Formats: sequence, structure tokens, C-alpha cells
Amino acid sequence: MNKVVKNAEEAIKDIKNGMTLMLGGFGLCGIPENSLKALAESGINDLICISNNAGIDNFGLGVLLRDHQLKKMIASYVGENKEFERQFLSGELEVELNPQGTLAERIRAGGAGIPAFFVPAGYGTEVAEGKEVREYNGKMHLLETALTADFAFVKAKYGDYSGNLIYNNTANNFNNMMATAGKITVAEVEELVPTGELDPNQIHTPGIFVQRIFQGTNYEKRIEFETTR
Amino acid sequence: MALDKNGIAKRIAQELQDGYYVNLGIGIPTLVANYIPEGMEVTLQSENGLLGIGPFPEKGNADPDLINAGKQTVTAMKGASFFDSATSFAMIRGGHIDLTVLGAFEVSENGDIASWKIPGKLVKGMGGAMDLVASAKNIIVATTHTNRNGESKLLKKCTLPLTGVACVKRIVTDLAVLDITENGYKLIERAPGVSIEDIKNATEGNLIVEGEIPEMKL
Repeated sequence: MNKVVKNAEEAIKDIKNGMTLMLGGFGLCGIPENSLKALAESGINDLICISNNAGIDNFGLGVLLRDHQLKKMIASYVGENKEFERQFLSGELEVELNPQGTLAERIRAGGAGIPAFFVPAGYGTEVAEGKEVREYNGKMHLLETALTADFAFVKAKYGDYSGNLIYNNTANNFNNMMATAGKITVAEVEELVPTGELDPNQIHTPGIFVQRIFQGTNYEKRIEFETTR
Repeated sequence: MALDKNGIAKRIAQELQDGYYVNLGIGIPTLVANYIPEGMEVTLQSENGLLGIGPFPEKGNADPDLINAGKQTVTAMKGASFFDSATSFAMIRGGHIDLTVLGAFEVSENGDIASWKIPGKLVKGMGGAMDLVASAKNIIVATTHTNRNGESKLLKKCTLPLTGVACVKRIVTDLAVLDITENGYKLIERAPGVSIEDIKNATEGNLIVEGEIPEMKL
């Protein structure tokens, strides 16, 4: 099945205001740069975004934030973004912070058809407010619910026309789970190859989870903290 | 003399054992990697999806697709593996990590930790800290004994929003090594040249001093 679209603009053409989006990446590592740029240029707003981080000021999700396209963020760590902090503290942006592993599992569960599950993270903290608590194996756990999205945007190193994806190094992070949890999953890749050219043993995300795929261009791949020996 | 950050990291490195899988938090904990004893095999996990963190890259070799949880560029050790975030937290939540070292704003004498939020001020998020403290077999907090205003960070009860409850086992500060016990902070070791009186003055919670308290050997 050929799932190839021309570019990010074509991939996002039917996104509407108020939709829920997932965006892969950890910090700026493995973020869907082309899709983020197209979303920023589209002017779509009132978005609910699920992403581990919120980009940095003026790059990645930070651009959508700056232009007030986001209504709500579901994230785990947002420390590198001053504008995020400002909008959060002023109440302009609704924010739901999740423990990172809980966020990852909520997305995994969403893609795997598991509506809810129990985890120990956050017990006794403000994360537990309003959540069912249950004891298992002598330890307290919180009931957490699954997350899905209208669109999930992921970025991979390699992809084929059928939507099979291979990530590079730590650029996998949230991409692999988010690919499973989007009603429509859009994958952008650094190298798009014809079906059959990727080794089936090496595929991280099987093509069934991907509805649209395109070859990305002009990757900046910014580094937040370049640290050398 | 109170220890500097590297001194704290050096002391924590003495807690490592051969074959350990360890998660080091951002800040002082990251420095522990510099003091892993020669010949000891310790595998460092980074919750963004790397088991087997190597040294920082040589200048000019930084790979934007290879970072640690602090978003610094790193390298991967021989035998390392990459994986997604759900698998990473399966390692953490599933109890496969032997030791977690993390920083804190405050700890309480029953082992509660506050490390992620100062109401009205700093919004960073908890990242993986809540998952780590809720599931690690052994948790060591690396911190200065007092904050910038000279106030104790080792409290009876935390005043800031919690990261986890009754989870900290040991605290290594610039002044001392202390264990969390039923009755409070049990003093284990003093930093070189630091008196018990100094430690008492810097500890708000109940400090238990039994017998001779040796100096740290660094």
C-alpha cells in the first residue's frame, strides 16, 4: 500500500482547530521538524498537544506556543522554554504534567487498546489528585488512563512507502509509541525508500500504524546542550 | 570543609557495585559517572532510551540523535542499546534498575522527596523523577545540605510539592552521609573536617548520632 504524500503541507491538510495532536521527540531529538513547521504556518489553533517537552523558544513546539496555537499541553518536562513557563503561570495555557513513564505508558496503552492501568509513580503527590488508588503487592498505585490523538506526528531515520519505520539512536524515544496512538499517524523520514528495501528484522514501527509518510527536507537537528569531552 | 559537587559525586560513586544498572539524574548525579572505580562494570541508563551511556563525544563529533536525559550530547558504550520511552520506563518501573541517584530541593525525615516544582515560580515538570523514585530498588539523593539562603534541605516534613513518598534510602550532602530510618536522619559519615555540631545546625529534621561518626574517605 502506498502511503506516500508529497510533503508536510499535504500531510496536515485536513487538520482542524481544536484537534488533539501527538508530537514525537525528546527535547529537540527526534522531533518532526517538517510537520511542526507546517503546523505553525497553517495557523490552526486551539490545539491540544501531547508531547514530552514543549520545544525551546522559537523552535519546535515553541513556535506554536509563541503564536498561541495551543490550548492545552500534556507533557512531562518543559524546563527549556521561557514562553511556556510564562503562559503556564499566567493561566493562558492549560497544562497537564505527567510523570514521564506514565506519559509513555498512557500513549502505549492508547495504541494497544488498553483503556487504563495502574502505576506507582505519583502516589502521594499532586499527580494523584482525583485518581483511584489501589494497593498491589503491598504498594500503592494510581489508575491512569490511555491517550490517543486525532493526529500523531513522528520522525524516523528511514521509512518505506508502506510506512515501516526505523529510528536512529535516541531519536526513537516517544515516536515509536505515538505512531501507534494516532487515528492518523503522519511519519516524516530522512530517507524514504521503496517498499521492500528495509530489512524486516530491523523495523521499529510496523507500517500498519502509519497512514501518511513523506520525505522530510532541510533538517536542522538542533542540539540543546552540545557537550564535549 | 564542606565538599564541592565533585566531592559529593565521588562519595556516591563508592555506593556502586560491579554489575549495577544505574540511572543518574541531572546535575550532581551526572558527575558520579566520572568516578566509577576502575575495573568495575556499571551500566548507565538514560530514560530517553539508552542503556550504556558513554563519555561525552570528542569535539566535532556530537550527534544530535544521541543525547542523554539532560539533553546533552553523549556517546554509547560498546554493547549499548537504544529503545523507546515505554521500554525505558519498563526497565525503571519493572525494578530492573539497581540504583537511582537524583537531586532534590527538599527531603523529609521519613524519606519523602520534593524535587520538581516551586509553586508560583519554577515550572519544569517532573520528567522521569516520579517514575524513578516510585520504583527504584535503591534511591540516593545527592544535594547540598542547605539551600542558597542557608536553610536546611533536610527537613522534618517537605514544604514543596512532593515527587515521591517514603522512598529515599540514603542522602549524600556536602556535609554528611545520612540514612533514612524510622526515627529520622541517621548520621553515617561526616565530610572531612566537618563537625557533628555543623551537621546538626544544618539539619532541621531529627538527627540521630550513635557512637563515633567516621569521616568520609575520598
